[in-house]
Amino acid sequence: MTTENSSTKSGLVAELPLWEVFTQPPNGAPHEHAGSVHAADAEMALLGARDVYARRGNVVSLWVVPTNMITASVSQDNPAFFDPMDDKVYRHPQFYKSPKGVKNL
Amino acid sequence: MKISELDSAIRTSLFEYLLRLGDDRVVLGQRMGDWCGHGPTLEEDIALTNITLDTVGHAATLLHLAGEVEGRGRDEDALAYLRDAIDFRNCLMVELPRGDFGFTVVRQFLFSAYSHVLFQALSTSSCEELAAIAQKIEKEVRYHVRYSSDWVVRLGDGTVESKDRVNDALTLLWGYTGELFESDSVEGKLVGLGIAVDSSTLRPPWMELVNQVFTLATLAVPATTPSMLTGARHGRHSEHLGHMLSEMQILPRSHPGAIW
Repeated sequence: MTTENSSTKSGLVAELPLWEVFTQPPNGAPHEHAGSVHAADAEMALLGARDVYARRGNVVSLWVVPTNMITASVSQDNPAFFDPMDDKVYRHPQFYKSPKGVKNL
Repeated sequence: MKISELDSAIRTSLFEYLLRLGDDRVVLGQRMGDWCGHGPTLEEDIALTNITLDTVGHAATLLHLAGEVEGRGRDEDALAYLRDAIDFRNCLMVELPRGDFGFTVVRQFLFSAYSHVLFQALSTSSCEELAAIAQKIEKEVRYHVRYSSDWVVRLGDGTVESKDRVNDALTLLWGYTGELFESDSVEGKLVGLGIAVDSSTLRPPWMELVNQVFTLATLAVPATTPSMLTGARHGRHSEHLGHMLSEMQILPRSHPGAIW
Protein backbone atom coordinates (compact mmCIF):
# COMPACT_ATOMS: atom_id res chain seq x y z
CA MET A 1 0.00 0.00 0.00
CA THR A 2 1.40 3.42 -0.93
CA THR A 3 1.41 6.39 1.42
CA GLU A 4 -1.01 8.16 -0.86
CA ASN A 5 -3.48 5.29 -0.62
CA SER A 6 -3.36 5.10 3.14
CA SER A 7 -3.91 8.83 3.52
CA THR A 8 -6.92 8.65 1.17
CA LYS A 9 -8.17 5.73 3.18
CA SER A 10 -8.00 7.43 6.56
CA GLY A 11 -9.49 10.56 4.96
CA LEU A 12 -12.50 8.58 3.81
CA VAL A 13 -13.03 6.93 7.17
CA ALA A 14 -12.72 10.29 8.92
CA GLU A 15 -15.53 11.69 6.76
CA LEU A 16 -17.98 8.89 7.52
CA PRO A 17 -19.95 9.24 10.77
CA LEU A 18 -19.46 6.70 13.55
CA TRP A 19 -22.28 4.47 14.80
CA GLU A 20 -22.42 2.36 17.96
CA VAL A 21 -23.66 -1.18 17.45
CA PHE A 22 -25.78 -3.16 19.90
CA THR A 23 -26.55 -6.85 19.40
CA GLN A 24 -29.12 -9.03 21.09
CA PRO A 25 -28.37 -12.73 21.64
CA PRO A 26 -31.13 -15.27 20.97
CA ASN A 27 -31.80 -16.16 24.63
CA GLY A 28 -33.81 -12.98 25.25
CA ALA A 29 -31.00 -11.12 27.02
CA PRO A 30 -30.93 -7.34 26.49
CA HIS A 31 -29.06 -5.68 23.63
CA GLU A 32 -25.40 -5.26 24.48
CA HIS A 33 -22.81 -2.91 23.07
CA ALA A 34 -20.76 -4.84 20.50
CA GLY A 35 -18.57 -2.14 18.95
CA SER A 36 -18.84 0.54 16.30
CA VAL A 37 -18.90 1.00 12.53
CA HIS A 38 -18.33 3.87 10.12
CA ALA A 39 -21.20 4.48 7.71
CA ALA A 40 -22.77 7.26 5.68
CA ASP A 41 -26.29 6.68 7.00
CA ALA A 42 -28.42 4.45 9.23
CA GLU A 43 -29.19 1.78 6.59
CA MET A 44 -25.52 1.37 5.68
CA ALA A 45 -24.61 1.32 9.37
CA LEU A 46 -27.08 -1.52 9.87
CA LEU A 47 -25.57 -3.51 6.99
CA GLY A 48 -22.05 -2.82 8.26
CA ALA A 49 -23.07 -3.93 11.74
CA ARG A 50 -24.57 -7.11 10.31
CA ASP A 51 -21.39 -7.93 8.45
CA VAL A 52 -18.93 -7.03 11.19
CA TYR A 53 -20.76 -8.13 14.35
CA ALA A 54 -23.45 -10.64 13.35
CA ARG A 55 -21.67 -12.75 10.73
CA ARG A 56 -20.75 -15.45 13.20
CA GLY A 57 -24.37 -15.89 14.26
CA ASN A 58 -25.81 -15.73 17.78
CA VAL A 59 -27.66 -12.47 17.06
CA VAL A 60 -31.42 -11.97 16.66
CA SER A 61 -31.62 -8.18 16.66
CA LEU A 62 -29.35 -5.23 15.87
CA TRP A 63 -29.45 -1.59 16.91
CA VAL A 64 -27.25 1.13 15.47
CA VAL A 65 -27.09 4.54 17.14
CA PRO A 66 -25.19 7.64 15.98
CA THR A 67 -22.23 7.88 18.35
CA ASN A 68 -22.71 11.62 18.73
CA MET A 69 -26.18 11.01 20.17
CA ILE A 70 -24.68 9.35 23.22
CA THR A 71 -24.02 11.53 26.26
CA ALA A 72 -21.28 9.94 28.32
CA SER A 73 -19.96 10.64 31.78
CA VAL A 74 -16.39 11.89 31.94
CA SER A 75 -13.67 10.70 34.30
CA GLN A 76 -13.90 13.91 36.37
CA ASP A 77 -17.44 12.83 37.23
CA ASN A 78 -16.23 9.61 38.82
CA PRO A 79 -15.64 10.78 42.41
CA ALA A 80 -19.08 12.35 42.65
CA PHE A 81 -20.88 9.72 40.56
CA PHE A 82 -19.48 6.42 41.67
CA ASP A 83 -17.31 6.59 44.80
CA PRO A 84 -20.18 7.07 47.28
CA MET A 85 -21.49 3.63 46.36
CA ASP A 86 -18.34 1.95 47.66
CA ASP A 87 -19.38 2.15 51.35
CA LYS A 88 -23.09 1.52 50.91
CA VAL A 89 -23.17 -2.23 50.98
CA TYR A 90 -26.81 -2.19 52.04
CA ARG A 91 -27.69 -1.22 48.46
CA HIS A 92 -26.79 -4.77 47.43
CA PRO A 93 -29.34 -7.50 48.00
CA GLN A 94 -26.57 -9.74 49.35
CA PHE A 95 -26.35 -7.45 52.39
CA TYR A 96 -29.63 -8.78 53.72
CA LYS A 97 -29.87 -12.21 55.28
CA SER A 98 -32.85 -14.28 54.27
CA PRO A 99 -35.11 -14.91 57.25
CA LYS A 100 -35.20 -18.55 58.25
CA GLY A 101 -38.23 -20.45 57.13
CA VAL A 102 -38.92 -18.25 54.12
CA LYS A 103 -38.97 -20.38 51.02
CA ASN A 104 -38.86 -19.34 47.40
CA LEU A 105 -37.10 -16.05 48.06
CA MET B 1 -38.19 -36.48 -8.34
CA LYS B 2 -34.71 -37.42 -7.26
CA ILE B 3 -31.57 -37.39 -9.41
CA SER B 4 -31.30 -41.19 -9.21
CA GLU B 5 -34.64 -41.46 -11.02
CA LEU B 6 -33.50 -39.46 -14.09
CA ASP B 7 -32.48 -41.18 -17.34
CA SER B 8 -29.02 -40.61 -18.75
CA ALA B 9 -30.00 -38.06 -21.45
CA ILE B 10 -31.64 -35.85 -18.84
CA ARG B 11 -28.68 -36.29 -16.52
CA THR B 12 -26.35 -35.05 -19.26
CA SER B 13 -28.42 -31.88 -19.67
CA LEU B 14 -28.74 -31.41 -15.93
CA PHE B 15 -24.97 -31.74 -15.51
CA GLU B 16 -24.47 -29.00 -18.11
CA TYR B 17 -27.12 -26.82 -16.46
CA LEU B 18 -25.58 -27.22 -13.00
CA LEU B 19 -22.15 -26.36 -14.39
CA ARG B 20 -23.59 -23.05 -15.65
CA LEU B 21 -25.02 -22.29 -12.21
CA GLY B 22 -21.90 -23.40 -10.35
CA ASP B 23 -19.36 -21.82 -12.70
CA ASP B 24 -21.07 -18.40 -12.58
CA ARG B 25 -20.48 -18.44 -8.84
CA VAL B 26 -17.02 -19.91 -8.63
CA VAL B 27 -15.76 -17.36 -11.17
CA LEU B 28 -17.51 -14.39 -9.55
CA GLY B 29 -16.32 -15.59 -6.14
CA GLN B 30 -12.74 -15.62 -7.38
CA ARG B 31 -13.13 -12.11 -8.84
CA MET B 32 -14.68 -10.80 -5.63
CA GLY B 33 -11.90 -12.40 -3.62
CA ASP B 34 -9.57 -9.80 -5.14
CA TRP B 35 -11.09 -7.30 -2.70
CA CYS B 36 -9.93 -9.19 0.39
CA GLY B 37 -7.70 -6.76 2.27
CA HIS B 38 -8.31 -3.99 -0.29
CA GLY B 39 -11.82 -2.78 0.60
CA PRO B 40 -12.24 1.00 0.87
CA THR B 41 -13.02 0.67 4.59
CA LEU B 42 -12.84 -2.19 7.07
CA GLU B 43 -16.64 -2.46 7.04
CA GLU B 44 -16.78 -2.79 3.24
CA ASP B 45 -13.84 -5.17 3.18
CA ILE B 46 -15.70 -7.51 5.52
CA ALA B 47 -19.00 -7.04 3.70
CA LEU B 48 -17.47 -7.86 0.31
CA THR B 49 -15.60 -10.88 1.59
CA ASN B 50 -18.75 -12.15 3.36
CA ILE B 51 -20.58 -12.02 0.04
CA THR B 52 -17.59 -13.67 -1.62
CA LEU B 53 -17.64 -16.55 0.84
CA ASP B 54 -21.38 -16.98 0.38
CA THR B 55 -20.88 -17.06 -3.38
CA VAL B 56 -18.04 -19.59 -3.27
CA GLY B 57 -20.23 -21.67 -0.93
CA HIS B 58 -23.05 -21.62 -3.48
CA ALA B 59 -20.59 -22.69 -6.17
CA ALA B 60 -19.34 -25.59 -4.03
CA THR B 61 -22.87 -26.86 -3.37
CA LEU B 62 -23.92 -26.59 -7.02
CA LEU B 63 -20.74 -28.14 -8.41
CA HIS B 64 -20.95 -30.95 -5.84
CA LEU B 65 -24.41 -31.75 -7.13
CA ALA B 66 -23.14 -31.48 -10.72
CA GLY B 67 -20.47 -34.07 -9.89
CA GLU B 68 -23.09 -36.42 -8.46
CA VAL B 69 -25.29 -35.99 -11.53
CA GLU B 70 -22.34 -36.68 -13.83
CA GLY B 71 -21.52 -39.83 -11.85
CA ARG B 72 -17.87 -40.02 -12.87
CA GLY B 73 -16.41 -39.42 -9.45
CA ARG B 74 -15.59 -35.74 -9.87
CA ASP B 75 -16.29 -33.60 -6.81
CA GLU B 76 -16.61 -29.81 -6.59
CA ASP B 77 -12.85 -29.35 -6.27
CA ALA B 78 -12.12 -31.44 -9.35
CA LEU B 79 -14.68 -29.45 -11.33
CA ALA B 80 -13.47 -26.05 -10.14
CA TYR B 81 -9.72 -26.65 -10.26
CA LEU B 82 -9.09 -29.27 -12.89
CA ARG B 83 -11.06 -28.02 -15.89
CA ASP B 84 -9.71 -25.66 -18.56
CA ALA B 85 -11.30 -22.36 -19.55
CA ILE B 86 -13.03 -23.85 -22.60
CA ASP B 87 -14.91 -26.28 -20.33
CA PHE B 88 -16.25 -23.55 -18.06
CA ARG B 89 -19.91 -22.66 -18.57
CA ASN B 90 -20.12 -19.35 -16.71
CA CYS B 91 -21.50 -16.19 -18.33
CA LEU B 92 -19.11 -13.47 -19.53
CA MET B 93 -20.19 -10.85 -17.00
CA VAL B 94 -18.67 -12.65 -14.01
CA GLU B 95 -15.25 -13.18 -15.57
CA LEU B 96 -14.52 -9.46 -16.10
CA PRO B 97 -11.84 -8.13 -13.71
CA ARG B 98 -13.23 -6.54 -10.57
CA GLY B 99 -12.63 -2.93 -11.66
CA ASP B 100 -13.19 -0.12 -9.17
CA PHE B 101 -15.64 -0.23 -6.28
CA GLY B 102 -18.39 1.25 -8.48
CA PHE B 103 -17.94 -1.45 -11.12
CA THR B 104 -17.90 -4.19 -8.47
CA VAL B 105 -21.09 -2.89 -6.89
CA VAL B 106 -22.98 -2.49 -10.17
CA ARG B 107 -22.00 -5.98 -11.36
CA GLN B 108 -22.90 -7.44 -7.98
CA PHE B 109 -26.29 -5.79 -8.13
CA LEU B 110 -27.09 -6.89 -11.70
CA PHE B 111 -25.92 -10.43 -10.95
CA SER B 112 -27.49 -10.74 -7.49
CA ALA B 113 -30.82 -9.48 -8.82
CA TYR B 114 -30.58 -12.18 -11.51
CA SER B 115 -29.65 -14.81 -8.89
CA HIS B 116 -32.57 -13.70 -6.78
CA VAL B 117 -35.21 -14.25 -9.45
CA LEU B 118 -33.45 -17.42 -10.66
CA PHE B 119 -33.27 -19.19 -7.32
CA GLN B 120 -36.72 -18.05 -6.35
CA ALA B 121 -37.96 -19.91 -9.42
CA LEU B 122 -35.69 -22.93 -8.80
CA SER B 123 -36.97 -23.22 -5.22
CA THR B 124 -39.95 -25.08 -6.66
CA SER B 125 -37.91 -27.21 -9.07
CA SER B 126 -39.22 -30.75 -9.49
CA CYS B 127 -35.67 -31.98 -8.79
CA GLU B 128 -35.67 -32.30 -5.01
CA GLU B 129 -31.94 -31.83 -4.54
CA LEU B 130 -31.86 -28.68 -6.68
CA ALA B 131 -34.96 -27.20 -5.01
CA ALA B 132 -33.39 -27.65 -1.56
CA ILE B 133 -30.16 -25.93 -2.62
CA ALA B 134 -32.07 -23.12 -4.33
CA GLN B 135 -34.07 -22.34 -1.19
CA LYS B 136 -30.90 -21.95 0.85
CA ILE B 137 -29.11 -19.85 -1.76
CA GLU B 138 -32.09 -17.58 -2.32
CA LYS B 139 -32.11 -16.57 1.34
CA GLU B 140 -28.45 -15.50 1.23
CA VAL B 141 -28.81 -13.77 -2.13
CA ARG B 142 -31.55 -11.55 -0.73
CA TYR B 143 -28.89 -9.94 1.46
CA HIS B 144 -26.54 -9.55 -1.51
CA VAL B 145 -29.29 -7.70 -3.38
CA ARG B 146 -29.91 -5.42 -0.42
CA TYR B 147 -26.22 -4.64 0.09
CA SER B 148 -25.45 -4.03 -3.59
CA SER B 149 -28.64 -2.07 -4.33
CA ASP B 150 -28.04 0.18 -1.32
CA TRP B 151 -24.62 1.00 -2.73
CA VAL B 152 -25.94 1.50 -6.27
CA VAL B 153 -28.42 4.04 -4.86
CA ARG B 154 -25.77 5.86 -2.83
CA LEU B 155 -23.20 5.99 -5.61
CA GLY B 156 -25.72 6.70 -8.37
CA ASP B 157 -27.35 9.48 -6.37
CA GLY B 158 -24.07 10.55 -4.77
CA THR B 159 -21.35 12.86 -6.04
CA VAL B 160 -20.61 13.77 -9.66
CA GLU B 161 -17.65 11.38 -9.61
CA SER B 162 -19.52 8.45 -8.06
CA LYS B 163 -22.33 8.86 -10.58
CA ASP B 164 -19.86 9.00 -13.47
CA ARG B 165 -18.14 5.84 -12.32
CA VAL B 166 -21.39 3.96 -11.85
CA ASN B 167 -22.62 5.09 -15.26
CA ASP B 168 -19.36 3.98 -16.88
CA ALA B 169 -19.71 0.58 -15.23
CA LEU B 170 -23.32 0.31 -16.30
CA THR B 171 -22.54 1.20 -19.92
CA LEU B 172 -19.91 -1.53 -20.03
CA LEU B 173 -21.88 -4.16 -18.13
CA TRP B 174 -25.21 -3.74 -19.87
CA GLY B 175 -24.00 -5.55 -22.96
CA TYR B 176 -23.35 -8.61 -20.82
CA THR B 177 -26.85 -8.85 -19.37
CA GLY B 178 -28.47 -10.41 -22.44
CA GLU B 179 -26.58 -13.66 -22.00
CA LEU B 180 -28.20 -14.21 -18.60
CA PHE B 181 -31.62 -14.58 -20.17
CA GLU B 182 -30.87 -16.78 -23.18
CA SER B 183 -32.75 -20.05 -23.42
CA ASP B 184 -31.35 -23.04 -25.31
CA SER B 185 -31.99 -26.74 -25.87
CA VAL B 186 -29.96 -27.88 -22.82
CA GLU B 187 -32.25 -25.86 -20.63
CA GLY B 188 -35.32 -26.65 -22.73
CA LYS B 189 -35.14 -30.40 -22.02
CA LEU B 190 -35.15 -29.68 -18.28
CA VAL B 191 -37.81 -26.95 -18.40
CA GLY B 192 -40.28 -29.47 -19.82
CA LEU B 193 -39.82 -31.66 -16.75
CA GLY B 194 -40.06 -28.75 -14.31
CA ILE B 195 -36.42 -29.17 -13.28
CA ALA B 196 -35.03 -25.92 -14.69
CA VAL B 197 -36.55 -22.52 -15.35
CA ASP B 198 -36.78 -20.92 -18.81
CA SER B 199 -34.17 -18.13 -18.59
CA SER B 200 -36.14 -15.79 -20.86
CA THR B 201 -38.99 -15.72 -18.32
CA LEU B 202 -36.61 -14.31 -15.70
CA ARG B 203 -35.99 -11.07 -17.56
CA PRO B 204 -39.27 -9.24 -16.72
CA PRO B 205 -39.01 -9.71 -12.91
CA TRP B 206 -35.28 -8.90 -13.08
CA MET B 207 -35.97 -5.75 -15.10
CA GLU B 208 -38.59 -4.68 -12.58
CA LEU B 209 -36.11 -5.01 -9.71
CA VAL B 210 -33.41 -3.19 -11.68
CA ASN B 211 -35.79 -0.35 -12.57
CA GLN B 212 -36.91 0.06 -8.96
CA VAL B 213 -33.33 0.51 -7.79
CA PHE B 214 -32.28 2.68 -10.74
CA THR B 215 -35.19 5.05 -10.06
CA LEU B 216 -33.96 5.54 -6.48
CA ALA B 217 -30.38 5.85 -7.75
CA THR B 218 -31.40 8.39 -10.45
CA LEU B 219 -29.78 6.11 -13.02
CA ALA B 220 -31.16 5.09 -16.39
CA VAL B 221 -30.82 1.87 -18.33
CA PRO B 222 -28.36 2.68 -21.15
CA ALA B 223 -30.46 4.23 -23.92
CA THR B 224 -28.61 2.80 -26.89
CA THR B 225 -28.69 -0.91 -26.23
CA PRO B 226 -25.35 -2.30 -27.38
CA SER B 227 -25.38 -5.63 -29.11
CA MET B 228 -25.37 -8.28 -26.42
CA LEU B 229 -22.22 -10.37 -25.99
CA THR B 230 -22.69 -14.10 -25.73
CA GLY B 231 -21.11 -17.51 -26.26
CA ALA B 232 -19.58 -18.23 -22.86
CA ARG B 233 -22.21 -20.82 -21.93
CA HIS B 234 -20.74 -22.86 -24.78
CA GLY B 235 -17.11 -22.29 -23.81
CA ARG B 236 -16.38 -19.16 -25.88
CA HIS B 237 -14.97 -16.94 -23.17
CA SER B 238 -13.24 -13.57 -23.01
CA GLU B 239 -9.46 -13.39 -22.71
CA HIS B 240 -9.86 -12.72 -18.98
CA LEU B 241 -10.99 -16.17 -17.88
CA GLY B 242 -7.82 -18.08 -18.74
CA HIS B 243 -5.63 -15.63 -16.83
CA MET B 244 -7.95 -15.79 -13.85
CA LEU B 245 -8.04 -19.59 -13.84
CA SER B 246 -4.28 -19.87 -14.05
CA GLU B 247 -4.07 -18.03 -10.76
CA MET B 248 -7.05 -19.78 -9.20
CA GLN B 249 -5.95 -23.27 -10.20
CA ILE B 250 -2.19 -23.17 -9.80
CA LEU B 251 -2.07 -24.58 -6.28
CA PRO B 252 -4.29 -27.66 -6.74
CA ARG B 253 -2.67 -28.33 -10.13
CA SER B 254 0.89 -27.99 -8.83
CA HIS B 255 0.19 -29.97 -5.68
CA PRO B 256 -2.60 -32.45 -6.50
CA GLY B 257 -4.57 -33.45 -3.43
CA ALA B 258 -2.93 -30.83 -1.23
CA ILE B 259 -4.78 -30.15 2.02
CA TRP B 260 -4.19 -27.95 5.03
